[in-house]
Amino acid sequence: MDLTLSDEQRLLRESADRFVKETYTADHRRRIANDPLGFSADLWKQFAELGWLALPIAEADGGLGGGAVEVGILMEAFGRGLVSEPYLSTVVIGASLISECGSEAQKQALLPKIADGSLVLAFAHSERQARFDLADVRTTAKRTPDGWRLDGHKTAVLDGNAAGQIIVSAGVDAGDGKPGRLGLFLMPHGTSGLNSRDFARLGGGRACNLDLRDVRLPADALLGDGSDALPAVEAAVDRAMAALGAEAVGIMQTLLDQTLEYTKIRKQFGRPLSANQVIRHRLADMAMQCDEARSMALRAALMADAEPVARGRAASGAKAKIGKCARFVAEQSVQLHGAMGVTEELDIGSYFKRLLAFDTLFGGSAHHYRRYAALGGRAVQA
Amino acid sequence: MDLTFSAEERAFEKEVRDFIAANLTPEMKRATALTPSVFSDPDIGMAWQRALNKKGWGAPGWPVDHGGPDWTPAQRWIFESESARAGVPNVNVMGVKMVGPVIIGFGSPEQKNFYLPRILSGEDYWCQGYSEPGSGSDLSSLKTRAVRDGDDYIINGTKIWTTHAHHANRMFALVRTNETERQQDGISFILIDMKSPGITTRPILTIGGDHEVNQVFFDDVRVPVANRVGEEGKGWTYGKYLLEFERGAGIASAKLRDALKTISDLAESEVTGRAIDDPDIAFRMSEIEVDIDTLEMTELRVLSALQTGQNPGAVSSLLKLRNSEIRQAVTRLGVDVIGNDGLYVEPVRPLYRLNDTPGIPEELLPVVPEYLNGRAYTIFGGSSEIQREIIAKMMLGL
Repeated sequence: MDLTLSDEQRLLRESADRFVKETYTADHRRRIANDPLGFSADLWKQFAELGWLALPIAEADGGLGGGAVEVGILMEAFGRGLVSEPYLSTVVIGASLISECGSEAQKQALLPKIADGSLVLAFAHSERQARFDLADVRTTAKRTPDGWRLDGHKTAVLDGNAAGQIIVSAGVDAGDGKPGRLGLFLMPHGTSGLNSRDFARLGGGRACNLDLRDVRLPADALLGDGSDALPAVEAAVDRAMAALGAEAVGIMQTLLDQTLEYTKIRKQFGRPLSANQVIRHRLADMAMQCDEARSMALRAALMADAEPVARGRAASGAKAKIGKCARFVAEQSVQLHGAMGVTEELDIGSYFKRLLAFDTLFGGSAHHYRRYAALGGRAVQA
Repeated sequence: MDLTFSAEERAFEKEVRDFIAANLTPEMKRATALTPSVFSDPDIGMAWQRALNKKGWGAPGWPVDHGGPDWTPAQRWIFESESARAGVPNVNVMGVKMVGPVIIGFGSPEQKNFYLPRILSGEDYWCQGYSEPGSGSDLSSLKTRAVRDGDDYIINGTKIWTTHAHHANRMFALVRTNETERQQDGISFILIDMKSPGITTRPILTIGGDHEVNQVFFDDVRVPVANRVGEEGKGWTYGKYLLEFERGAGIASAKLRDALKTISDLAESEVTGRAIDDPDIAFRMSEIEVDIDTLEMTELRVLSALQTGQNPGAVSSLLKLRNSEIRQAVTRLGVDVIGNDGLYVEPVRPLYRLNDTPGIPEELLPVVPEYLNGRAYTIFGGSSEIQREIIAKMMLGL
């Protein structure tokens, strides 16, 4: 039992914090907000040079063999700067799916490209009717003489606009016309029959909704041997939620720091706001909830490789709890900034919106409290 | 980083489990489950303390040369967790966890030799004389006076909320030995024999129907000056040291989990008509369980910091706040789970020694009293408002 950072982890945190602080200024964010890519291709290259894109990829596959804790350290720093580079889509989710499902040939072809920054990935999974049920996929994949035909729709495909390859999930037709096991397919961006509606995403970055009509893919577009991909999707999403939880901690901490500063400076009735006990106690509650979020993000990261039930409960518990804390901290930060907090003239609003997006992604608190309970099989674990 | 325990720690965990299995009698377990106040009555609590002491585990936080077991923070965590899971009696902490560390830290050699063995053996039973009717959160305004008369102090005044004063043979108290400009500077820490002439104790019943706390009156009570711990006027420092122990003893999540498990078992039972099938009850249950996971993780982070010699700082206030709030959420859920059976009032105590068969299943009896008495969790040991003020000052620099 040891929850202190190793020397390597401390170095990673310091370098990530420094890089983000120097690079992700408010000016940078304003520029990127109008960029059709949604992030900076130059910075993505620097991520590769820093080794961040290879971080969680296994050493056997040419990566650095880092774990969810290291990813969390990076993500927390990303949160502080509202980084919009497609790290979650490409490295956390994409590399995880390829590592878990891909054949040796696919791993060798794709993972080094992730690591060197030449391949951006997106994950197209959620569908309108499914809300947040990962097993509810109506997009279909049928075998054709040359490979596959895919039909369906996908929503909230993060970074889909920038991805060289989109990993699409679909129910694979078992031959009897009924939807069968879940398969994952590599679909290049520009494939005929793919209609993409690209949009700026709440809180920064971009995403798209996809329509797939008679999309034709080669036989080797299927990741792996066609065995059910749902367990790999659940594992990747659990890891994504742990990573997003760490990012949320960075965002919340920044909001707390800025709000704390503001209440010390802002004077009303001849004294700083922070001299009022009602404000001090609100700030104490915000600090407490930041700390609780930190505990849960770390817990989810430390359990990211545990067996599926323990991993899922840790991830859902973290998503639910951090979501609740994030909303409180975000809303109180705006409240304590007064009317200025509701304007685009302060940074507060950008951080607020990113937390709102966090709370929604992969399902909100209510969904995850229910999943946490359902995975337990009984009400309380002894 | 690593959340798992080492092979040695696993072996220790087994040793604790085996010890508990061999020593925790069904009577102790039942009495503990049916005790709706914070601490077990002395006949139950001290029986457990004696068993622990026989094993050499009577005072987990003490240094070895005073009889402590020399456990690492991780071992203490395991011991407390296993104890909570098994439902062992809640031993009164006033001796081992409160006055013990103060005597060890600031007492004279004579005081150490006399008092420490008697705490370990359970021969002495302690109560804490801090709060007064006029001094609650503002403790340093206390007025109980100790006036020097030769080799004695003569004490006059009153203490309140004194847990188990009606069982205790000794009290450690903060008394005013001087009127000073800074009121903290005139306070001394003193050890009082409860059989001294001039002491009277008045019971105070809590809203749950339990007699756990008292008011104690001092009417020209003579206490030898030799019973003062440390220097005159330094009592506030020693008292604060002790309060940090009270708040930061910090392994509460396992007890909360055990309490929630009890409510969860009731909710799954036909006795409550399977309250768990109510989606609102089930949802609140998982919210609380996640809150306990969170507190547990924070406790482990503090533990880990302690193991590497770091000072966790004001986090003890955070732990105290969350522990008390979650405790109240658990007990509130309990009331909702048992439904109409919550209307049944059992005035007799202890609940594990009733003469007549109660009108509702026995295991439901403590639920409402626990909720009612449990309102005190956010008040004692520094109210939630005081804890928030400490967090604002110490963690946020406000």
